[in-house]
Amino acid sequence: MLCDECGQRKATVHLTQIINGKKTERHLCAHCAQRHEHEFFFEPQFSIHNLLAGLLEGWQPPAGTVQDLRCSRCGLRYREFARTGLLGCSHCYDDFRQQLEPVLRRIQGQVRHGGKVPSRAGSRVQLGRQLEQLRARLREAVAREEYEEAARLRDQIRQLEQRVRAGEGWAGTAGPGAPPGGPGSAPPGTAPGR
Amino acid sequence: MTANPGVQRVRWMEGGGPAADLVLSSRIRLARNLEDYPFPTLLGPEQGQEIIRLMEGVTEHLSAAGLGRFTLLRMADLSPLDRRVLVEQHLISPQHARNAATGAVILNDDRSISIMVNEEDHLRIQCLLGGLQLHEAWAVATRVDDVIEAHVRYAFDDERGYLTTCPTNLGTGIRASVMVHLPGLVLARQAGRLLSQLGKVGMVVRGLYGEGTEALGNVFQVSNQITLGPSEEELIDNLIGFTRQLLDQERSARERLYRENEDGVKDRVMRAYGLLTNAWTISSEEAIRLLSDLRLGIDLNVLSHVRPEVFNELIVLTRPACLQKLAGKELDARERDLLRARLIRERIAAALRKTTQ
Repeated sequence: MLCDECGQRKATVHLTQIINGKKTERHLCAHCAQRHEHEFFFEPQFSIHNLLAGLLEGWQPPAGTVQDLRCSRCGLRYREFARTGLLGCSHCYDDFRQQLEPVLRRIQGQVRHGGKVPSRAGSRVQLGRQLEQLRARLREAVAREEYEEAARLRDQIRQLEQRVRAGEGWAGTAGPGAPPGGPGSAPPGTAPGR
Repeated sequence: MTANPGVQRVRWMEGGGPAADLVLSSRIRLARNLEDYPFPTLLGPEQGQEIIRLMEGVTEHLSAAGLGRFTLLRMADLSPLDRRVLVEQHLISPQHARNAATGAVILNDDRSISIMVNEEDHLRIQCLLGGLQLHEAWAVATRVDDVIEAHVRYAFDDERGYLTTCPTNLGTGIRASVMVHLPGLVLARQAGRLLSQLGKVGMVVRGLYGEGTEALGNVFQVSNQITLGPSEEELIDNLIGFTRQLLDQERSARERLYRENEDGVKDRVMRAYGLLTNAWTISSEEAIRLLSDLRLGIDLNVLSHVRPEVFNELIVLTRPACLQKLAGKELDARERDLLRARLIRERIAAALRKTTQ
């Protein structure tokens, strides 16, 4: 797409303005955009979402393929996400994984979280690490033919595995603050559309 | 008019903190979602109310955590005016003020912490402090986050971090931002060039008030753009590093400006002072432009007898909703211009340092 103003360079800045319900769109190259920068900085329309939607727009494959993709839990269409830049539920990240990865790389640079971990998830990570250590010790005990020790380790591993299966670290059974309806309160596909 | 009848005390507006001459406030915002609900984009009114009730319970735990006394307010229970006041004080977003169906906000008593419920994400935890205090604001926000997390299940993925409605917030969900006053760079016509380079270093810049069309009050909001990959501390350090550079540039622009055209600067400042202390009626745009000149004059010691905090206070109190809240009634544009002028005259008089009285 070429710049609306100079008609020569590639448009990289996409602006959507809605004034009294009337929508106008402008597509500018970086050079022409600079002349209008005071407008971008101070109009709420120039948000990160618009930037993202602009990115997604340029990336959309032909209709009938990814366009019809839907999240299997909340039912959000990929098409809708590409328009708004907003996802419908946490599961969208799995169902649109293939499409999101290049977008994430482009907007975020990286695709692996390196920050804070909730303490509940943290304890789940810890359980996983503990389990790995016990399994290594079990292998060593068997190799040394210390079967009594091996049996003790095996029981410990089973106990730990049970705790992991029970979802410990996510307050497996509904915790004090778990939603009244529990996980069933947001059944797949029942969420009303926007 | 003495105290702030009708307008709640807000900590960041009192100024203070490191580099408070150029940095009005520092904000940390954390985007969080609950695991068992669709994101607010698809959230029904009943589910939205469920989340509010859930957060009502958490509010008590927050109060018990020693971060102040917290209150949950439903948008539906607030008058449109009260909502606009919260927007002008930077405690909720304009978008949130319109969400009467499922919107709520949790505030502590000095308004340094605000938690929007069911905005773009289920929770938007914000800590807002005066001056350049991003690490301090992060320390508070992450404590609030920990207290909440002990009672709800967050949508979190080991690889992708906190799952957010918009992928631009994914990972840490953190948006760190500083509100900076850059009249020197604007006067030297360098602000546009500098700020347009921000994208290259992973930063975003916005105006203080989205609805305006020009650099109102020469106040800019700079924040991190990237949220996934680096840790929260790294992102904050980057922003602090960049802000410090921006402040150095602003200081040298001011020095150069003053050196090269001292009379021009003094004239500009004194005219602003004259108008602000004498005007009988004043528009919001004119007020904010002159207040920026006034503050520049205070910082450059042209007006050493006026306390600088008056700028932070007045750029918010002279906004339409705050004015009407102070008056205790709806005002038309003419009445607002009259009250705005009176408020400015009185507040500047009150901000004169004792030694000169």
